[in-house]
Amino acid sequence: MTAPANQALARPSGPKQSLRRKGSRGSILADRAATVVLWGTGVLVLAILGSILLHFALAAWGVVSPSFILDDPSSTALGGIMPVLWNSIYMLVLTMLIAVPVGILGGIYMAEYAGENAVTSAIRFAEEAISSVPSIVVGLFGLILFVDDAHWGFTALAGALALTFFNLPLMTRLSEQALRAVPQEERSASLALGATKWQTIQHVVVPLAIPGLITGVILTAGRVFGEAAVLLFTAGVGTPPHYNFANFDLLNPASPWSPFRPATTLSVYIYKLNSEGLGAFKNQIVDGSAAILIAMVLIFNLGARFIGRLLTRRLTAA
Amino acid sequence: MSTGDEMPTTATYPEPVLRRVEVATPRVADDATALPTEVKIATEHVSVLYGDKVAVRDVSLTVQARSILALIGPSGSGKSTFLRCFNRMNDLIPGAVVRGEVCLDGENVMDPDVSVVELRRRVGMVFQRPNPFPMSIYENVAYGPRRRGQNDKRKLDELVETSLKRAALWDEVRDDLRRKSGLALSGGQQQRLCIARVLATDPEVILMDEPASALDPVSTLRIEELMRELREAYTIVIVTHNMQQAARVSDVTAFFTMAEDRAGYLVEVGPTGRIFTRPNERLTEDYISGRFG
Repeated sequence: MTAPANQALARPSGPKQSLRRKGSRGSILADRAATVVLWGTGVLVLAILGSILLHFALAAWGVVSPSFILDDPSSTALGGIMPVLWNSIYMLVLTMLIAVPVGILGGIYMAEYAGENAVTSAIRFAEEAISSVPSIVVGLFGLILFVDDAHWGFTALAGALALTFFNLPLMTRLSEQALRAVPQEERSASLALGATKWQTIQHVVVPLAIPGLITGVILTAGRVFGEAAVLLFTAGVGTPPHYNFANFDLLNPASPWSPFRPATTLSVYIYKLNSEGLGAFKNQIVDGSAAILIAMVLIFNLGARFIGRLLTRRLTAA
Repeated sequence: MSTGDEMPTTATYPEPVLRRVEVATPRVADDATALPTEVKIATEHVSVLYGDKVAVRDVSLTVQARSILALIGPSGSGKSTFLRCFNRMNDLIPGAVVRGEVCLDGENVMDPDVSVVELRRRVGMVFQRPNPFPMSIYENVAYGPRRRGQNDKRKLDELVETSLKRAALWDEVRDDLRRKSGLALSGGQQQRLCIARVLATDPEVILMDEPASALDPVSTLRIEELMRELREAYTIVIVTHNMQQAARVSDVTAFFTMAEDRAGYLVEVGPTGRIFTRPNERLTEDYISGRFG
């Protein structure tokens, strides 16, 4: 036999593969198809977004002006949306003041303290259940609890609390995920240096989770801007009176700063005009309001990201 | 367990003899009496269980103050798990149970009354992968002292400087202490930063879990030199896979291996020079001469 001793190590013989073909025809086809489909999906999403923005930009052209933003509504002329715009911002701040701290603390509990047991699975189940309840039902719940039973009437506070019910599960879940995404070794490093658990959470885990927490804040805030059903039954649908911003009496329902007053937001206003509005400029006002609403959401998102970056830099000095 | 007649094992380590020659010049006298005799840490029948799986079985040994103990042995022999008993990092692993006693200056650290926060200040730890916080170099070093309420800027400045100097990093980072993130340093610098971070908490014992395994040879040597310097003031326990490293830096070596049921146990412990030249156990000899995979 003249076979080389190391034959066992030789390549299995056979026709040499051409370099020109990377695989079978089927896998090449699947690869191309996947590329086309995924690109197509991306383009479709962008196109939908772009067409919405374009539609409202065009529709709002000629409607949106400084006076449209700064004036009171008028039954006879185009008027403005200042009070409802103010209410949207007011409701956003009020809701976030409640939902963000509670949501983040809840997320910290779920991510760092709770562990896996019957209680946490019950909490997760409740989070999902509340998130999938139609918002109109949450609105009715707020109506019964705050407006009727508590005799508050239609108030900004009732709206903010109902929105908190609606948003807290999402905020808690997103916070939990953001905190869980912080690598375990960061916690170990801190604990091994003799930091307590709370110090570790405060000085390492939360600062590193800020980008994720900001995402939670943005998604929650988007729902506050956009939500109409929850607020219809809790914060009211009436056309707001002229607001006197010099009145800082928080307990006086006439003050625009007071949480104990009805507060029709931009979304609710759009809904109301669209469904029961009669004025000559109804469509223009709806288009203009929608454009402003979209602009506000964009401004808020960019602002939140910017603040998030500043916070991260401040807390981690990196 | 492999015996000498298995071809692949021998083929993986072609120069077992050279290995032994290289380590045959011990750094310390081949005599336990040459070591300081102040016992810093003593473990008594320490076992660690993950659920019903035994990871470490019945380990008793002592560590002298201001000496370096190296824990060597194959992967899975429980060295790191054992090391983590010293500062109770196993507390963080759900389901881990530690039995037996680990005494630091005669005080059992497993006692429920012991504050792990205080324990970990006295027993610092350096991890396998350098893990500086994503903060400035200054804040990394100041982290421990700050958590204990040290906010005096002058004292912190001083502490950061002395810690970085002791960790042999000061000259390389002094100009951008506050501007540069700890993560912007090279791997070797990051590990020295982690050592400085531990030194700033003023520990008595430093645990190192394969501190150089992610570093290049030059950085590794720097860490080893640093360990020899730190030995003057600190008690060091190091886990290493690198036997030359154990031979180069340690005063005492403990050899771990695992039994049939995968539980890690201590085969023997003794002065490094003796362990590497005249081990008492066949298992040790097989391992250090490369006949054990």
